[in-house]
Amino acid sequence: MKFRTSAVAAFLGLTLAGTANADLKVLATTADWGALVTELGGDKVSVYTATTAFQDVHRVDAKPSLIARTRTADLVVATGAELEIGWLPVLLQESGNAKIQPGSPGYFEATSAVRLLDVPSTVDRSMGDIHPLGNPHIQLDPHNIALVAQALAARLAQLDGKDADYYARRGADFQSRWSQAIARWEAEAAPLKGVSIVVIHTDQRYLANWLGLNQLAAIEPKPGVPPSAGYLAQLVTKLSATPPKMILRNAYNDSKAVDWLAERVHAPVVLLPFSVGGTPEAKDLFGLFDDTLGKLLATAK
Amino acid sequence: MRTLLSLSAFIVIAAAAPLPALAADAQLSQLRAEIDALKSDYDARVAALEKRIAELESAQDAAASLAAAPPPAAATPPASAPPPAAPEYPAPLPPPVASAGKGGLAAFNPAMSVILAGNYANLSEDPETYSIAGFIPSGGEVGPGERSFNLGESELTFSANVDPYFYANATAAIDSEGEIGIEEAYFKTLALPAGLLLKGGRFFSGVGYLNEVHAHAWDFIDQPLVYQAFFGGQFGEDGLQLKWLAPTALFVELGAEAGNGGEFPGTRRDRNGMNSFAALAHIGSDIGDSTSWRAGISWLSTHAEDRSYEDVDHLGLPVENAFTGSSRTWIADATLKWSPQGNSSRRSLKVQGEYMQREEEGDLAFDISGLGLTGDYDNRQSGWYLQSVYQFIPRWRIGARYDALDADSARIGLVESGTLSPDDFPILVDASPSRFSLMLDWSPSEFSRMRAQYAWDEARTGDVQDDQFLLQYLYSIGAHGAHKF
Repeated sequence: MKFRTSAVAAFLGLTLAGTANADLKVLATTADWGALVTELGGDKVSVYTATTAFQDVHRVDAKPSLIARTRTADLVVATGAELEIGWLPVLLQESGNAKIQPGSPGYFEATSAVRLLDVPSTVDRSMGDIHPLGNPHIQLDPHNIALVAQALAARLAQLDGKDADYYARRGADFQSRWSQAIARWEAEAAPLKGVSIVVIHTDQRYLANWLGLNQLAAIEPKPGVPPSAGYLAQLVTKLSATPPKMILRNAYNDSKAVDWLAERVHAPVVLLPFSVGGTPEAKDLFGLFDDTLGKLLATAK
Repeated sequence: MRTLLSLSAFIVIAAAAPLPALAADAQLSQLRAEIDALKSDYDARVAALEKRIAELESAQDAAASLAAAPPPAAATPPASAPPPAAPEYPAPLPPPVASAGKGGLAAFNPAMSVILAGNYANLSEDPETYSIAGFIPSGGEVGPGERSFNLGESELTFSANVDPYFYANATAAIDSEGEIGIEEAYFKTLALPAGLLLKGGRFFSGVGYLNEVHAHAWDFIDQPLVYQAFFGGQFGEDGLQLKWLAPTALFVELGAEAGNGGEFPGTRRDRNGMNSFAALAHIGSDIGDSTSWRAGISWLSTHAEDRSYEDVDHLGLPVENAFTGSSRTWIADATLKWSPQGNSSRRSLKVQGEYMQREEEGDLAFDISGLGLTGDYDNRQSGWYLQSVYQFIPRWRIGARYDALDADSARIGLVESGTLSPDDFPILVDASPSRFSLMLDWSPSEFSRMRAQYAWDEARTGDVQDDQFLLQYLYSIGAHGAHKF
């Protein structure tokens, strides 16, 4: 609201943008990075989140509202690894904002702080919509969040030097709360080790890797390629022999194919938030993991 | 280091070498003393070197930990971040030192993409005779194209950031005859202050909504009639464009363009300075999570000099006429997109419409290679289209479009003075061309699309209805494109 007021004032020519308040304006491409910036930046930042947990971040329009937000941003926090390749380049180019161009301190990619899984050795589109730099859906491993938080806190301090101590304090506080939470989650999640799952897209890869879940199959035959009737029939045959403990569905996924499969292989569907805001419980990053683990554990019982 | 090594080697060799049996004890002990001296000296030097190495290593570690916890700034929390424990869980590895992806010379290759398109056309009327009634032919891409199987334009695009200050993009279109045209070749600034963007070179003008959109991103196989009649498809020019984006939450974009105005409705003129000028304003925003919109108004002013076209006189004999004067076009555009919670992968709706009005004022010359009569000319014409595309299940979309033009009756000086009759200008008849099109397309992936389109086209003179059935394919290979709203 504060931001909007200042924006309207700027529009009326009463004041110049940015000088009205000292906040660092951050455009986060996903709700997770938005939540992380809020954790680290507190009231020194004003965050605008470009997408919600109900959107497929790979398929988003370069909407006028997003271009306008990119124009005034001091920092763009993106996932990177080509997740936002269909729209973020347009925002950056059309923004007329030199501060947030790739290579500038005002442009941050979360994937630059972690090591990506599934980096393909060969790349061909016949393999589906694969990401040549690796699987970009990194947010469901809390260790990744910790690494991104460390790099991001440093970046906030770099951009807003006068508040560097503030970011350092909040960063340290977040890290200590986060590592305690990780210890708790990992203790709680012990029964999930080896639990067999079926996913829709490969975007549960980091969660499965972290918890030691055993992915039996994906409903998409190839990344980004919807299943054909023939492929689904094969899947039913395969999974009837070795039924999965559960089928994971993200908040943004269509329920149709999942429900169809669940009915035939007699496995429950778990609706996961996937991103902050994906369920009412996933209010922030802590809630995201609390809720994800809670739902998995409840179904695995 | 090297001398030290060779020295120690010498010592070893010297020590191991069989000494002559004649060597006296004194000599031997002297030699031993010398070797001991050398040895202690050598030990001291090795110790000094080891110490230096240790010092260097610790300095390097410090530098590495500094680099790892990014740039300069002040107190970041390296010490306060406790390492996440729990060894039985795979903790992620630290990031690779440089995740450059591809290396070597290829690392700086521009993003390349190739669009392949083609169609099959079944047309009830001869496409050779296609014209839009009441409008001076634009000479561009007008009509449904040829019958049967046709290779469409193959588009080649190269783009990359040039340096921290500029982005460059070149798009060449190769037509089915193999002729290469440069559709766009422009630079764009990345680092101007205050929300300014300067674009220069050859580019599609930012007027209207569809004008900037490349053919492969159209929702129908062809352009709306109003674009065909007013711009010959799309208005491109060689020139400069300056845009300013307001620093507001509401998207407000103002722009101005100056160019050579060589494309229809202008003509290339032997004159310094700008021959075309455009001004544009766009605003846009969201309504909740599901809906977003953009609307705009644009103005384009160009000048034509001897812009000739072929017509027939009242006897039906071919004549060549030419217009010289100013051509000014107003455009209003609006686009709205909706998808449930902004998730367009399942269902989405797009509605767009544009209205254009053009006034051409100047002289019209009749039969320039024969009679060569000239009189004044004033014509105000307009047109619009409204279209909607709905994705009802993933990968499938249907669309409908209605086109209408109002040619209006031109004020022709040569007719008003009685020198010639309206029958001498059959193209400039007062007409209301229209067309209705339906479309169905299927996109197996983001990179391929197949489309069927049926149009009832009543753009021609008289009561002729052209039934047009078209099938089209579009393939995109190479870099993953990013599209505008």
